[in-house]
Amino acid sequence: MKPIIKFGFKPRTYGEQKALLGVLYVLPWLLGFLFFFLIPLIYSLQYSFSSIKANASGMSIEFIGFANYVEALTVNTSFNRTLTESIVNMVINVPLIVIFSLFLAVLLNQKFFGRAIARSIFFLPVILASGVIANLETSSLVQAINEQNATGGVFSTGTIEMAKIMVRSGVNEDVVFYLMDAVDRIYQIVSQSGVQILIFLAGIQTISPQLYEASKIEGATGYESFWKITFPMVSPLILVNVIYTIIDSFSRNNMTTLIKETGFTSFNFGLSSAMAWIYFLAIMIILLISTYFISKRVFYQE
Amino acid sequence: MIMAQLLSLENWKRWLWTIVRLVLIVGLSFVILYPIIQKISTSIKDKADLYSPIVVFIPEHYTLDNFKQAIAIMDYWETLFNTFALTGTTTILTAVSCALAGYAFARLKFKGSNLLFAGVILTILVPPTTILIPIYMNLKDFTLMGLIPLLTGKSVNLLDSYWPFILTSITANSLKAGLYIFIFRQFFRGIPKEVEEAAYIDGAGVGSTFLRIMLPNAVPSIITVLLFSFVWQWNDSFFTTTYLTSSKVMSTQLSSLPYNLSILLEGGATTNKDPFFMSMVQDTGILLAILPLVILYLFVQRYFVESIERTGIVG
Repeated sequence: MKPIIKFGFKPRTYGEQKALLGVLYVLPWLLGFLFFFLIPLIYSLQYSFSSIKANASGMSIEFIGFANYVEALTVNTSFNRTLTESIVNMVINVPLIVIFSLFLAVLLNQKFFGRAIARSIFFLPVILASGVIANLETSSLVQAINEQNATGGVFSTGTIEMAKIMVRSGVNEDVVFYLMDAVDRIYQIVSQSGVQILIFLAGIQTISPQLYEASKIEGATGYESFWKITFPMVSPLILVNVIYTIIDSFSRNNMTTLIKETGFTSFNFGLSSAMAWIYFLAIMIILLISTYFISKRVFYQE
Repeated sequence: MIMAQLLSLENWKRWLWTIVRLVLIVGLSFVILYPIIQKISTSIKDKADLYSPIVVFIPEHYTLDNFKQAIAIMDYWETLFNTFALTGTTTILTAVSCALAGYAFARLKFKGSNLLFAGVILTILVPPTTILIPIYMNLKDFTLMGLIPLLTGKSVNLLDSYWPFILTSITANSLKAGLYIFIFRQFFRGIPKEVEEAAYIDGAGVGSTFLRIMLPNAVPSIITVLLFSFVWQWNDSFFTTTYLTSSKVMSTQLSSLPYNLSILLEGGATTNKDPFFMSMVQDTGILLAILPLVILYLFVQRYFVESIERTGIVG
C-alpha cells in the first residue's frame, strides 16, 4: 500500500495514527477536565487561603493565609461537630454496608423461588435512595409518626431484650452496641447498598463453578467454601466497594449541606472552600488508610 | 438405616436454611418497600383518615385530592417534560463523551495517557463540593478563555439555563462521569485485541473500528452507563439546585415543594396550616417524582444485573 500523504504531513505509522486519534478522543474530556475540574480545584485552593469581597468592580481576592482554616476549626460553631459526625457515620456505615451487601449478594446468588423479584426489589434503592428524595424523606412527618408507633411497640423492646441476652451470654459490650446500632440503621444501610450488592453479585458470578465442584467433592461444607473460595475471590471487590461507599457518602451528608450553605447562603466563599478542603483531606486520609490495610489482604488470582 | 438418617439430617438442614433465607429476604424486602407502600397509602388517604387510629395502611376514605394538589403545586406535567429533556440530553451526551474517552484510555495509548487516566481517578475521588464554588463563579461570568467577551463585549451568565449541564456532559465531566469513563475503559480492555486487529487488517480505520466493531460489542456497558447516568441525573439535587434556580425540573420542584405548599395554604381559602396535611402532600409529591423512574425500572431492571455482570468492573 502506498503511504498516503495528506496536506504535506509526514506519512505516519499505524501506531502514530492511533495515538493521534487517542488524543482526539480524549480531547473533550481533557477540556472538561481542565475547565470544570482542574482550574476550579486550583481556584478553590486559592479561595480557601483568601478573603473574598464582592464590590462594585467585581471581586477582590485578598490573601489571608490560614485564617479561613482557623476560623472553620475554631470559630465556626457547627463545622467540627458536622465533620466528626459525618466521618464517624462513614466509619460506622462502611463496614456494615460492605458486609451486609456481600452477605446479600451471596444470598441472591443462590437459586430459590422468586429470585428475580427479590433481586429487583434489592436494586430498587439504587434508583430511590439518592439525592433529593432521601433528603425529603427524613423530613416527612407522617412517616416519622408511623415509625414512632412502630418502634414504640414491638421493635424496640425486642432489640433491648436481645441486647440483654447477648451481654449476659458474654459478648463484648461494644460489639453488642455496634450490632444494636446496625439494627437501628437497617434502612439506611439497606438503602445505600444497592450498587455494592450489584458489584458483589457480578463478582461472585465470575467465579468458575469448577472450584465449587472440586471443593464439594473434597467434602467442603457451604460455610467452608464461602470462606475458602468466595471470600478470597471477591476480596478485590471489597476494596472497590469500600472506596465506592466512601465516595457515595459525599452526596448525602450534612457536611455537603453545610459547605454549600456557607458558600451560597452567607456568601462566605473563602470559609466554604476551606471547609471543603479540610473535608477532602479528611476523606483522603480515610481512603488511604483503608486502601492500605485492605490491599495488603486482597487476594489476586494472577 | 444410617444412610437414611444422614439423608434426613441433610434434608432438615436444607429446609431450615430455606426458611431462614425466606424470612431474611422477605423481611429485608419489606424494609426496602416500606417507605413506598407508606407513601402510596398516604397519598390516597383522605384528610379525615390521618388522625384515625384504626387506619394504618388501607384508608377508609379514598381520595385523589393529594394528587391533584401535588400536581398543581409542582406543575407536574411541565416539570416532567423538562426533567425528561434535561436528563435525556445529559445522559446521551455523557455516554458518548465517556465512551470516546474510555476507548482512548483503553486502546489508543499515547504518551501521557496513563497520567491523564490518573486525572480521571482524581475526578472520582474529589468531592464535588470542593470545586462547586469556582465552577459556579465561572459559569456566572462565562468567558470561554476570553473568546465570548471578544465577540459580544461581555461575558454570559450561564446559570439558570441548561448550558452548564450540556457543557459538562459534552466534556465528560458531569455528575460521576469519572466512574463512567472507568467502566468503559475496563470494558473495552476486556474485548480481545484480535477482534480489533482483524478489523484493521480488513481495512477499517480507527474511527470505523470503534463505531462498527467495538461499540456494538460494548452494549452491556453502554446500557449500564445510560441507566446509572439517567437515574443519578434525575435524582440529583446537588448540581441541579445550584445551577437551576427558577427552571422547573423535578428535583428543584421537589425541594421547593414544602415552601410552595405553605404559601398556597396561607393564601388560599383554607388557612389551616396543618403540618400533617402538608407532609401528606409532600409525600405525594415524592411519589409522583419517583413514579417515572419506578415505571422505567420495571422495564429495564433485568439489564441492571445482566449488564453489571458483563461490564468488567469486576474483572
